[in-house]
Amino acid sequence: MISERFLNYTVALLILGMALGAWVMDEPFLITLTTKAVILALAGVGLNLALGQGGLISLGHAAFFGLGGYAMGVLASHAQNFTPIMETPFLIEGTNSMPIIWLVAIVVSSFFAFVIGLFSLRTSGVYFIMVTLAFGQMLYYFSISWPAYGGEDGLSIYVRNSFPGLNTLDPIQFFGICFVVLMVVIYGVNRLTHSSFGLALNGARQNAQRIRTVGLNPFKIQLIAFTISGAITGLAGALFADLNRFISPTMFSWQTSGEIMVFIILGGVARLYGPVVGAALFILLEHWLGGLSEFWHIYLGVILLSVVLFARGGLIGALSKKENADA
Amino acid sequence: MPDTVLNIQNISKSFGALKASDGVSLDLREGEIHALIGPNGAGKSTLISQIAGKLKPDTGKIDLLGYDVTKLSIAERAKLGLGRTFQISELAMDYTVLENVMLGALGKRGGAFRFFMPVMKDAELRECAQSAIERVGLSHQMHKVTSELSHGQRRQLEVAVALTLEPKVFLMDEPMAGMGAEGSKMLTSFLDNLRQQAPILLVEHDMDAVFALADRISVLVYGKVIATGNVDFIRNHDEVRRAYLGEEAA
Repeated sequence: MISERFLNYTVALLILGMALGAWVMDEPFLITLTTKAVILALAGVGLNLALGQGGLISLGHAAFFGLGGYAMGVLASHAQNFTPIMETPFLIEGTNSMPIIWLVAIVVSSFFAFVIGLFSLRTSGVYFIMVTLAFGQMLYYFSISWPAYGGEDGLSIYVRNSFPGLNTLDPIQFFGICFVVLMVVIYGVNRLTHSSFGLALNGARQNAQRIRTVGLNPFKIQLIAFTISGAITGLAGALFADLNRFISPTMFSWQTSGEIMVFIILGGVARLYGPVVGAALFILLEHWLGGLSEFWHIYLGVILLSVVLFARGGLIGALSKKENADA
Repeated sequence: MPDTVLNIQNISKSFGALKASDGVSLDLREGEIHALIGPNGAGKSTLISQIAGKLKPDTGKIDLLGYDVTKLSIAERAKLGLGRTFQISELAMDYTVLENVMLGALGKRGGAFRFFMPVMKDAELRECAQSAIERVGLSHQMHKVTSELSHGQRRQLEVAVALTLEPKVFLMDEPMAGMGAEGSKMLTSFLDNLRQQAPILLVEHDMDAVFALADRISVLVYGKVIATGNVDFIRNHDEVRRAYLGEEAA
């Protein structure tokens, strides 16, 4: 058995190697595929904070993924049509600058995560799942019935948004941006896991009564975790929209929430790199099995079942020793 | 500092037709151990839950250190200085002993909202946690996962977490339950000294421990306190003997 940290580094290097290899061999499609895995991994890292560490089983994270995507879509579509988003009471114009779009995506999705958390965290267990699902579906149907940004058909953005000093339309450069964002977020989440906040958050998952008895408020702790979680998934949504240069209500659908959850379960719940391994595996399976059969989800189902039944810690758990946090 | 640190005034709590607390009045004074005894189903747990803040009484009032805490939450009462241990251990089972006690140290510091610095390397918190672990005698188990501890050790751990909060009042629900003879002897002498630090309201089934420790005893039967007094008074109280101690004490 190898240590989890070693496995994490290996996974990160494999992804980087995959993209660089594809670049050297001039396979832009492969780079794009790897980029997709990286972005979906980021969405999973967001959900994993709430689900893995907080024990908050959210089936509504597509809401934040979609909000991030639509933040990009709205800003970029106004920029490409040279129309302002609003003129009164003050002028807001569209933009195609990635950093600004990310900021807006993070602010919007964390605001919604805060509000959704405020309601859903009053419940627990299966009710929590249902409340988060309901919020996700509300946004899904809203996006379908909102004709200004494509409604059911979605909306195309013709040129990828810009990042200062880089050519984002070059696949390897866009991959680089996404990969760095993922690494920075993983670093931040790792710091958070081992901080005072992380100790209390994981404690609240195990026993909320214990947290109350020492004078801490589990609701507040979980609400903040849920908000950060939504912000990360929202950022992933903005990147995903930029990858496809297209947004559609599918980003808001509950199937999207389910897929993000599948990444985590495949890779390992509450494991730092769980969603990364899960998303990479998912993309591999989708690509290879999807090429063999239209019904590749059946095979995915079998794999998911065996992970749940035989390898609770997911792939990371099966391949590495459990790390003792308190050393 | 008022002499009476915890004052429960005439509280009642009903579940449907069942009166779990029926006009209970009780006080806890500085420096004492006040034991609460009573047969199963007498309403001890309901009373403890109301003092801790998990349940709100239908009527009546609870004062803690001179503040009316009747409407405060569990966390708010803990912050005021109420340290509690549970009948059935309420611990983070996947955490090590040290991590559990660190939670108490965090609570004492007044918040968990530090997001970046590694908590296990925080010297101040760690020192606070380690000294509490030493005091209850769990130093050798410090890095053991809580789910692997014996029942008795979990009880000691609960006390250690409560200690980090430096509470002004201890509320202990059957701390001896599940302990071997050796363990309960040790804990008895530990509690004996602890009352100097803060008074203890002790719910306990182990009569040897109660009679050895308690300055005063209150007897709860069917939601009512039928007697309060020192050990001799309770031992010789007719109604108590009939209701609770039975022939064993006769």
